[in-house]
Amino acid sequence: MTGFYTLFYKELLRFWKVGFQTILAPLVTTLLYLLIFSHVLQEHVQVYPGVAYTTFLIPGLIMMSVLQNAFANSSSSLIQSKITGNIVFLLLSPLSCYEIFAAYVLASVVRGLMVGLGIYLVTYLFFETLPGSFLWVLAFSIPGSALLGALGIIAGVWAEKFDQLAAFQNFIILPLTFLSGVFYSVHSLPPFWQGLSHINPFFYMIDGFRYGFFGLSDVSPWLGLGVVMVCLLAVSWVALVMLKTGYKLVH
Amino acid sequence: MIPAIKVSQIHKRFGTLHALAGVDLEIGQGEFFALLGPNGAGKTTLISILAGLTRADSGYAGVMGHDVVNSYRNARRMLGVVPQELVFDPFFTVRETLVIQSGYYGLKANNVWIDEIIHHLDLADKANVNMRALSGGMKRRVLVAQALVHKPPVIVLDEPTAGVDVELRRGLWDFVRQLNRNGHTIVLTTHYLEEAEELCSRVAMMKQGKIIALDSTRNLLGHATGCSIRLRLLPDELPPALQALGATWEDGYYILTVSTFSGIENVLTVLRQANIQVTEMQLLQPDLEDVFMRMMRDSKDAVSS
Repeated sequence: MTGFYTLFYKELLRFWKVGFQTILAPLVTTLLYLLIFSHVLQEHVQVYPGVAYTTFLIPGLIMMSVLQNAFANSSSSLIQSKITGNIVFLLLSPLSCYEIFAAYVLASVVRGLMVGLGIYLVTYLFFETLPGSFLWVLAFSIPGSALLGALGIIAGVWAEKFDQLAAFQNFIILPLTFLSGVFYSVHSLPPFWQGLSHINPFFYMIDGFRYGFFGLSDVSPWLGLGVVMVCLLAVSWVALVMLKTGYKLVH
Repeated sequence: MIPAIKVSQIHKRFGTLHALAGVDLEIGQGEFFALLGPNGAGKTTLISILAGLTRADSGYAGVMGHDVVNSYRNARRMLGVVPQELVFDPFFTVRETLVIQSGYYGLKANNVWIDEIIHHLDLADKANVNMRALSGGMKRRVLVAQALVHKPPVIVLDEPTAGVDVELRRGLWDFVRQLNRNGHTIVLTTHYLEEAEELCSRVAMMKQGKIIALDSTRNLLGHATGCSIRLRLLPDELPPALQALGATWEDGYYILTVSTFSGIENVLTVLRQANIQVTEMQLLQPDLEDVFMRMMRDSKDAVSS
């Protein structure tokens, strides 16, 4: 356990030491999104009856940041270690692939939740949005950030240059999060795009997380939770196989 | 006694390059062993296989009796590796780096030992400095310290003195010698043959993925049959009879190679008969470099054929 705990602690310390970039920057970005979108759309859009657009927007933005930061944590830590070469210290150690996996994923979850909590607390000052069910909020944010943390391991191990990691982030993660119904309800979309949204796992995470706030969602939260869990298992399996076989790490 | 390191019939290919072509090697506990060879000979690949950074295509590699693949956790606890590249984690201080590395090996309360290595490697006043702020030599010391945090019985140093100043090199070797006296097995690769000669009791020479010589340092030096003599002559000319002895002329000195010590007598006789006076004479002992160069030359035909 000490080995796993040390790596987990190291990963926490790593992002904590650059907290301006890893915690504060995403917080500011998200608040800017909120400021701009709510200013422009507040008067024009109502997604759920009785829910102001800004209030609707907050949980989606929080979850989007949770997911993006969970992904950024494991992926950037791994690629930096690979490029600077200090991954060798991990590879020389007796840590098993399970310990390495768990440590990176958990650190990603912590970073995701810290960013999410930060945004929530700041928005609460202005909008006083309280989640109806903390349980649902956690039920989606924890496995959701774990899923993105595991995906970050895959991307970080696979990428050989920062450029490739940026491609993974900009061409896969970013479109999937933006097109997941953060800024709108997918019910407002034409049928084709609605169908497409339903094969996007990010949609279920955002939708379920929002259910934790309003008790309203596009699909049943249980279905959403099921999809997230299946994705988490599948992605974890791929990440573990990569670590176990030493894909791109052991030559 | 279980060998500290055992390697048998290790093969490794990178594409078309046969990096290791059937290496067999056994290093006993407590040995101070050198792995010599030109760049690309396969030294680092062999070390990487022992450390688990590279996987062999076939063959067995074990550290203190533990298979480096099937029993990797035990094998890695027994092994400390100082990598060739100057790598570091820019997020942490020296002490943090060591505490973290120690934790990876499952060691929690390891501060006494960490303080000791910090002290021995003269890192005390840098202990709380970020890794980024250290000079190359200091970073090298931290690498050595990291390899030692878990008190491994076997320590491998992959060209630890490349690009390191003389003072640090001295200090490093004193420390490593002391570790060896305390029972640690030391394996080093180096380009500085005099280091291997001075420190190591046994030497393996590698070339193109094969071990071409494996013997005690003393025996290898002994194999360097004959010796060289350096002469300053008056008048400064060599009798034709002596030209055959591979004579070279350098800065006013002739260097002749003789196969036995009695050959020296012959040289002096010829000189006396030619009425040439010897104003200076020096006997040059063979060193590992001569042996090495000859081995590399001799094996050229054998390996390429």
